Amino acid sequence: MSELPVISVENLSKRYIIGHETRQDTLRDRLSHGIACLLRGRRTIIEEEFWALRDMSFDIRSGEVVGVIGRNGAGKSTLLKILSRITEPTAGRVTLRGRVASLLEVGTGFHPELTGRENIYLNGAILGMSRLEIARKFDEIVAFAEVERFLDTPVKRYSSGMYVRLAFAVAAHLEPEILIVDEVLAVGDQQFQEKCLGKIRQVTRQDARTVLYVSHNLKSIEQLCDRAIYLKNGRIAGIGPASEVVSQFIHASSANHLAPAEVRLSPKLVLKRFTLDKLECLGGGKLSYQLQITANESVSIQEIFILVQNLQGERVGLLDLRRLGGARRLAAGATLGIKGDIVSCPLVEGDYVLGLFMHADNEQREHRDLIQFHVHPAASRDGLPAIVTQSLGVALISGDYHEEIYRAP
Amino acid sequence: MVKTVISRVNNIAEDTSASHALVFEHGRADARYWHDLWRFRELAGFLAWRDIKVRYKQASLGVAWAVLQPVIQTLLLTFVFGKLAKMPAGGLPYFLIVLCGNLAWQLFTAAFNGAGNSLVGNSHLISKVYFPRLVVPISALALALVDFGVMLLLTVPTVAFYGILPTWQIFYLPLFVLLALVIALGAGLWIAALTVKYRDFRFITPFVLQIGVFVTPVGYRTDFLPNWRDLLSLNPLSAVVDGMRWCLLGGRTNLYMPGVAVSALIGAILLGTGLWYFRQTERRFADEI
Repeated sequence: MSELPVISVENLSKRYIIGHETRQDTLRDRLSHGIACLLRGRRTIIEEEFWALRDMSFDIRSGEVVGVIGRNGAGKSTLLKILSRITEPTAGRVTLRGRVASLLEVGTGFHPELTGRENIYLNGAILGMSRLEIARKFDEIVAFAEVERFLDTPVKRYSSGMYVRLAFAVAAHLEPEILIVDEVLAVGDQQFQEKCLGKIRQVTRQDARTVLYVSHNLKSIEQLCDRAIYLKNGRIAGIGPASEVVSQFIHASSANHLAPAEVRLSPKLVLKRFTLDKLECLGGGKLSYQLQITANESVSIQEIFILVQNLQGERVGLLDLRRLGGARRLAAGATLGIKGDIVSCPLVEGDYVLGLFMHADNEQREHRDLIQFHVHPAASRDGLPAIVTQSLGVALISGDYHEEIYRAP
Repeated sequence: MVKTVISRVNNIAEDTSASHALVFEHGRADARYWHDLWRFRELAGFLAWRDIKVRYKQASLGVAWAVLQPVIQTLLLTFVFGKLAKMPAGGLPYFLIVLCGNLAWQLFTAAFNGAGNSLVGNSHLISKVYFPRLVVPISALALALVDFGVMLLLTVPTVAFYGILPTWQIFYLPLFVLLALVIALGAGLWIAALTVKYRDFRFITPFVLQIGVFVTPVGYRTDFLPNWRDLLSLNPLSAVVDGMRWCLLGGRTNLYMPGVAVSALIGAILLGTGLWYFRQTERRFADEI
């Protein structure tokens, strides 16, 4: 009996229909489209199928911690959404044996006007906890989040760190048999992330909880997971011991240079272009980028950052593209173009990926792995022997100096 | 030999999965839906509590809004129907006729609006967490009920001030409240599910309500319009408005029973079809919202 897999996925497929240009989201569009088709006498379908998942099968046994990795658009989020029952598969079958809780976002349903105390109850209920269960764990949650003093303050007055801590604390105290986690540890400070990882490790080891964990942070996958699944274009490209799959993924992605032509950043924003003038540069050299973002509907973009990451998924730095005058407003159809330079690329030899962080219409999203580029070792100074990369650390620090030698008096 | 063993193992697997496991695949009617809905009743409570709390958080403003708008509308309708059109009042202060009618109308409006906008208003939940989506429109009714309670607490003393004390008819009030909620939820489910796919339906609601306030006897009595009464009864809200007026004014207006029966029937049909359509489209909400 206990041999039965806790999560069993058989031939799972999910198809999305993407309308091109003619989005029939209003009834008027649908009607006028229908009339146009009648007049022309045949249906013109300008819709494109997109298989987010294709014929995927795997089993996960009780007590396993399994990581899911893959680039943007590989199907990770779709897989989690199906397993969490948020959306329905187009074909195939999923069998879950046990109580499931999914954590696709930290703080889902938090209401800014409500206090910390009220939000704990609300969020707990949304994640599937009963009122009794929340009441029983209330003190533990508050202590974990370290927000005792602000319990009766509306969360709109919380700092973003406090907000994330509280939100994660609620989620960390879920006690499902199967926990599905998406990238939630990407937020919050390093110390708190460690604490959360520790918490996940503790519950999985103690209670034989089964965890499915999606992350771009390959290091945390290696640390946390027994097995990993590597998704590529909606199919399983690799499955096995976490460290093996992670190295397979790193190997595969260094052969692969560019992100798909268009990336949907949010329901209203499409990334039309994100390019570098060259995909290889010298440490300390100049690198120029271009960015074009088109709005489908009018939208206000509060913040944009370019994220720099290494292939292990660790953030190396970010480029601040916020504007002094506040939000950028784009009318429907407008395109925001940004050109800029990274004047002296402060990176040591290695492969890096660029991503985007967008904060638009009060929604924050990260899109990683958009461009990959390689940094060659910086030219050694005036014929000095080069320093081995391993000794360089992560950042290239350059500076001037003067020197004098004082003789012994 | 080996084959039979395997098939037996498979059978065991099937048996256990049937009793414990949760299986989902495309188009599968979920037998546990209603069980799940019951399991998530606390969530419905919390969502309702959130809406009420947020609405009344800025206490003075919250209550003021719940009261001010219907009061102004009542005065306006009294002026138009009572003073300008000089509709018969049957010896009652015209203000009271409109006040009671408007109380019922406001309940319906708030419940219908709340349920109809609930899915789009909670889209962030729908795209991130699973729960039976029916929880959302149902919990949206609570705010309408609370607003109605506040109005009722003000209406009863006002009516008494004019010398009309509550009589046994008032005990029928919950029935008409229920009728109003059934109609509002039925229509609201349609609108909510349709709005997910076609955002236009958001504009249909205010339009319907604008017309509704006139084709529903909010500002006039139907018992003095015998020629129109049957036609008006086709609007299921006529009976709700007439009924509440009858309850609150101590039976001084007549209650048209065939109208109540028609209203209950239409309400049941609306709710039944609304539930059916909602359940049909529910599994696609997260993809389309």
